[in-house]
Amino acid sequence: MTRINVTVDGVRYSDEVEPRTLLVQYLREGLGKTGTVVGCDTSNCGACTVHLDGTSVKSCNVLAVQADGHEVTTIEGLATDGELHPVQRAFHETHALQCGYCTPGMIMQACDLLKENADPSEQEIREGLEGNLCRCTGYHNIVKAVQQAAKDLSSQAVGS
Amino acid sequence: MTPLSSRPASSPVGQSIPHESAALHVTGRALYTDDLWVRTHGVLHAHPVQAPHAHALVTRLHTAPALEVPGVVRVLTADDVPGVNDAGAKLDEPLFPSEVMFFGHAVCWVLGESLEAARLGALAVEVDYEPLPSIVTVRQAIEAESFQGGQPRLERGDVDARLAAAAHVFSGELDLAGQEHFYLETQCALAHVDEAGQVFVQSSTQHPTETQDIVAHVLGLASHAVTVQCLRMGGGFGGKEMQPHGYAAVAALGATLTGRPVRLRLTRSQDITMTGKRHGFHAQWRAGFDEAGHLLALDATLTSDGGWSLDLSEPVLARALCHVDNAYWIPDVRVNGRIAKTHKTSQTAFRGFGGPQGMLVVEDVLGRCAPRLGIDPSELRRVNFYRAGQQTPYGQTVRHPERAVTCWEQVLTDGGVAARAAQIASFNAAHVHTKRALALTPVKFGISFNFTAFNQAGALVHVYKDGSVLVNHGGTEMGQGLHTKMLQVAATTLGVPLSSVRLAPTRTDKVPNTSATAASSGADLNGAAVKDACEQILDRLRPVASERLGVPVDAVVFAGGTVGVTGGEQVVAWGDLVSQAYYQRVQLWAAGFYRTEGLHWDSTRMHGSPFKYFSYGAAATEVEVDGFTGAYRLRRVDIVHDVGDSLSALVDIGQIEGGFVQGAGWLTLEDLRWDESHTPARGRLATASASTYKLPSFSEMPEVFNVALLERAHEDGVVYGSKAVGEPPLMLAISVREALRQAAAAFGPPGTSVELASPATPEAVFWAVRRARGDGGLPQTAPLVEGGLGVVPEQPDATARPLHPRSEQLARQTGAGD
Repeated sequence: MTRINVTVDGVRYSDEVEPRTLLVQYLREGLGKTGTVVGCDTSNCGACTVHLDGTSVKSCNVLAVQADGHEVTTIEGLATDGELHPVQRAFHETHALQCGYCTPGMIMQACDLLKENADPSEQEIREGLEGNLCRCTGYHNIVKAVQQAAKDLSSQAVGS
Repeated sequence: MTPLSSRPASSPVGQSIPHESAALHVTGRALYTDDLWVRTHGVLHAHPVQAPHAHALVTRLHTAPALEVPGVVRVLTADDVPGVNDAGAKLDEPLFPSEVMFFGHAVCWVLGESLEAARLGALAVEVDYEPLPSIVTVRQAIEAESFQGGQPRLERGDVDARLAAAAHVFSGELDLAGQEHFYLETQCALAHVDEAGQVFVQSSTQHPTETQDIVAHVLGLASHAVTVQCLRMGGGFGGKEMQPHGYAAVAALGATLTGRPVRLRLTRSQDITMTGKRHGFHAQWRAGFDEAGHLLALDATLTSDGGWSLDLSEPVLARALCHVDNAYWIPDVRVNGRIAKTHKTSQTAFRGFGGPQGMLVVEDVLGRCAPRLGIDPSELRRVNFYRAGQQTPYGQTVRHPERAVTCWEQVLTDGGVAARAAQIASFNAAHVHTKRALALTPVKFGISFNFTAFNQAGALVHVYKDGSVLVNHGGTEMGQGLHTKMLQVAATTLGVPLSSVRLAPTRTDKVPNTSATAASSGADLNGAAVKDACEQILDRLRPVASERLGVPVDAVVFAGGTVGVTGGEQVVAWGDLVSQAYYQRVQLWAAGFYRTEGLHWDSTRMHGSPFKYFSYGAAATEVEVDGFTGAYRLRRVDIVHDVGDSLSALVDIGQIEGGFVQGAGWLTLEDLRWDESHTPARGRLATASASTYKLPSFSEMPEVFNVALLERAHEDGVVYGSKAVGEPPLMLAISVREALRQAAAAFGPPGTSVELASPATPEAVFWAVRRARGDGGLPQTAPLVEGGLGVVPEQPDATARPLHPRSEQLARQTGAGD
């Protein structure tokens, strides 16, 4: 067992973990953060996407010990003071989800994309989310949601 | 207009509202079954021992070594089953088998304090096998005459005479592939034992009642001792209609034997290797046309790949036969169906339920014959559409056939198809190595369960003293938006705002004896049941309101959260009236029920009117194919689809988009590869993860994707004038395959007829292009033959028996049902 110190969704944790524990296992089973889900086990679907120090990772493909000393944000830590993040709001409003299973990972990846590129083209959105699979929506509304979120974020930035 | 379908003005139904659970999904607070064990004390984890043979006898099962592994608590075997050792209703699926029937078949399950302990325990179990010969393709099964279940025949007129007299007769074969559901949430169950041995199972299931039935029969309990709850599913698509039962039963068995909660969640590779998929089919056909291209006769034999057990293969085959006509009038028809028994997973329901496979046969016929007839494929399709008064081959008069025409014409107009066809022609003339094509295909899909008995539903609606409303109904939520629609139906019927109504998770102890949430029927059936329950409550509230307002009972109107009379000023708030009613000892909850009237179906004769109505749609897809590689792009898709008066447009359009893309995946990308070698790996699924099984992703999205709902589409006799939406749009994706066929043909001389393998992967398109160019290619599909020498569909022998489902036998015995 190895001790890790990690901040998850703004809360500091210090835990003993087996070195081979996956980050997603630690989040779900260790911390009860079940908002982050497992879809494919092989890092293809992106359902388990979280942010490690602000950058998206597939948490089924990262060891918990790799998060030692770092900061993790999950879908559960994205809203601030009960206010949905603009990407969350856009997914909600544009019906960019059906069963919802891919949604947390999709939103986390979309946030990362918009951090890198505040005004992505439709093609850039498709490429930026290519590593996340959705079996329900056909992706059309997900692209729309990211476009709407980009607009909301840029008007927020102008307003602030 | 019937009372069921008439819709009040400005009501919650019809509003484009977000998904009922959207706020939970975007924040990660929505709970799926596997999120529950983390909050449960003392959970055991289950892991299977999967057999490494396609077909084998288990000659020795030695479980003791597993118990030596730290953390292993128990190994579950057939000896532990107190009831019936079977995972299905047909009793042909041993839960703990003594004969391995497919590669990866679970022979026993290990329970551990952790999943890792259970996994190591499973590795320690010693199993000896005696391998047996195996059948892993439909063609091998046909050769070996390895069939299972009934062999239905759908027949009208005199096919042989009509073919003999036809101006053109073509024949051919088609092999079409299956499809993995790949719901993102794998199969999962969590079982507890309550007091007095009652079992509570949380299951990711589309069919809680049947999960309950199977758990009960495995445990030897009555149904009232088992409760199944489904919070929601992370996708279902038919893959959780039958498949969850066995896993729920294993978890429940573990829980009863250990007294501890048992969690069973399949890993992705376990899920793909153990659960059933869409049926692949083999089809042989002969078709006759007149000089104008009218279909005169179709003789076809469809053989589905059922896998190792029957599961839902018989009803899937029945629906395939009932959709071989798609939207086309075919005067003389003979379609024989049979189910191959192969050593593969037991193939099962998948969105469309045989309909897509049946339709693909006739669309393949038209797509291949059009160039040989010298008729544009779209024109060939259009001239064969049903007209008013005509009947399907199974004897049902086609209701609203003009809607197929309206959808088709709107796609032509909105899609600017004529102008684009000219652009495509000039593009193709200017490009030798890249070709484009645009194809239109229609959909006509029958709505209702083929088997009449399943067309019933229940609901339980509670109005609490404070006026808030809780709706229970028999349907399950898998993302399709059923709960969203049910909230809208309840709010509309009761005349209260959406915010007053909440949906409760689906449970068998709230609404019993439910049908699967399947066949696109969830909203039709459960919506009518919810409406019935709400109307019963209103009927009890009316006298209270009448007395309070001093108006006649019949004049009382419930709308917008108030109760009053039309045009009247005096109103009472809904909550106040409810509170008053409570103190007057008025029952404020009701159980609703619905059965679809007017259906009748005889499976044995494959005759009747099994469907309440038909859903229609049309799609135009433009593709571009690279002649060097067979790689292609979807340049543009235009869809017009009939959902009646939509209950919830955002939900419905989402279903159409998602269904289309899933269908395009089936027909172009998703390529199940089973090991057909004679090595020890024979029968193993080689594409058992997302890294080898290609799912549609963002990069295969159509570049332009326009979806419109057919307007003025009220459907009389259905809840608030709406229509089902879940399955029909999937089949619009046949336009993608037909566009690829036409683009491949464009590499050859005019009049080239192209045989295209299914799925039409870039590899398959590459070979189609080669053949179109006359370069030869892999012999993947038997060539189209015109005239007498060609494919002659095999006819069943004297021993073949038709379908004779138990549901129809029982309904007739008791005189119940239609």
